[in-house]
Amino acid sequence: MKKYMHDLVITANEKLNNQYFLLKLTLNSTLPDMLPGQFAEVLIDDSPTTFLRRPISINYVDKQKNELWLLVQKVGDGTIKMAEYPIGKTLNLVYPLGNSFSNLLPNKKNVLLIGGGVGIAPMLMLGADLKEKGFEPVFLLGARSEKDLLELTDFTQYGQVFTTTEDGSHGEKGYVTQHSILTKQKFDKIYTCGPTPMMKAVASYATKNGIECEASLENMMACGIGACLCCVEDTKDGHKCVCTEGPVFNIKDLKWQI
Amino acid sequence: MADLNINLGGLALKNPVMTASGTFGYGFEFEDFVDLSRIGGIIVKGTTIRHREGNPYPRMAETPSGMLNAVGLQNKGVDYFINKIYPDLEKVNTNVIVNVSGSTIDDYVETAEKLAYLSHIPAIELNISCPNVKQGGMAFGTCAGSAEEVVKAVRKAYPKHMMVKLSPNVTDIAEIARAVEFAGADSVSLINTLLGMAVDAKTRKPVLSTVTGGLSGPCVKPVALRMVWQTAKAVNIPVVGLGGIMNATDAIEFFLAGASAIQIGTANFIDPTITMKVIDGINEYLDENGFGSIKDIIGALEIAD
Repeated sequence: MKKYMHDLVITANEKLNNQYFLLKLTLNSTLPDMLPGQFAEVLIDDSPTTFLRRPISINYVDKQKNELWLLVQKVGDGTIKMAEYPIGKTLNLVYPLGNSFSNLLPNKKNVLLIGGGVGIAPMLMLGADLKEKGFEPVFLLGARSEKDLLELTDFTQYGQVFTTTEDGSHGEKGYVTQHSILTKQKFDKIYTCGPTPMMKAVASYATKNGIECEASLENMMACGIGACLCCVEDTKDGHKCVCTEGPVFNIKDLKWQI
Repeated sequence: MADLNINLGGLALKNPVMTASGTFGYGFEFEDFVDLSRIGGIIVKGTTIRHREGNPYPRMAETPSGMLNAVGLQNKGVDYFINKIYPDLEKVNTNVIVNVSGSTIDDYVETAEKLAYLSHIPAIELNISCPNVKQGGMAFGTCAGSAEEVVKAVRKAYPKHMMVKLSPNVTDIAEIARAVEFAGADSVSLINTLLGMAVDAKTRKPVLSTVTGGLSGPCVKPVALRMVWQTAKAVNIPVVGLGGIMNATDAIEFFLAGASAIQIGTANFIDPTITMKVIDGINEYLDENGFGSIKDIIGALEIAD
């Protein structure tokens, strides 16, 4: 897939809570094709401590509005700076990068998308894509508490949504892997993105139950295009670049101790 | 349009802008962003006699105005390069230079010998300065005696242009440069990364799996400029400058300090089109300042008596 470096313009910067914000960006020509699971490397040119671009998952592409959504968590100086960006500001992106979640085979009808924290970001685009292709995706989203559950109304457009919160303020109390839907319903395929301990727990559940599972990793990156070899994940086939050979991996290829 | 051609110790460059090893992959990674044939020289990823997995993750730490890396020369070995990568590189219409590294002198010699047969590889860059490998690498380049020994041995085995990449982690870089010139190097490139370290106060652990790593980016530019200036005065072979070049102005500074060509490294990670911008910017600078050729500004630094 062809990669681009473009200046996009911010059309909205919505504060979702103290930690998360949603940036909507547009381009003066048609946005390039992007796949669920891909990411953008965002240039932050006004933070003295932020030297490298920031890899951010593509949350959603609104083709009608020619809008690209980035769901961002305030983690360090760079993303804190981004949270303050006003409408109309230009943001330089290198995108779309990385592979994508693999296409779902027609015989895998029961598909579960598990997202945790900011890891829900690629699940929205993936869910929309699956729905468009005629599947009925089921979402299982986890967060610390109700206020950390993001974009719920967007998710419900594309499928049934189940939630867990650590404090029980929304959905079932506990972690995603403890949700009752996992025992009530049988799934053929799981896609997951979120904190590594969560993804490992999901991978463990999937392995024990013989369910095919793909996880999207977020190792620290520099270039994002496979040149620097910094973001490698140790796989059964040696070190692989998360930026070009990932970020999505089939869990059976990873060397996770699960 | 100024004349950007450079004769780098017998190696003809269409312009003095090259890409630093380990920051530009094999070039193809950047094809969506740049016209590879416009670059003066592409120095591809460090290549060793055998496959290397490199160091464990994490291998990178962001620092103020720069980054540390500890990749550890991950590559699939010289035979894989020759059989799988070189055939595609043959189609790239510019100088493709292979960065060669090793743990022993025999490793360097054997790798260079194999590369000498490749007609589309007019030069190698001998890496005696990698800070991220346990054996060899920088150990060769931090002492004049061992630097001379490895360069002499490769010189016997490699008839084409041999650039030698120097380490800044030394007391007197000019002394090392003189030693490799004496041993038969056709040019020297400097600087490789500066040995550094990052600590995570929260976890009370080092950030890098290897504890130490190589620092690059604009934070090293003043050190690189100083070393290029010292080295250019000390040797008669051309000096290739690198270290934190982020734009054409940075590049011009290196030419003024005595570099005959430059390499762009870490900046490729921030702006994948940067090589094109630097080539255009150098040309503009020469035009605006009335210089007909890049050669007019090499070593043209004016220092008061």
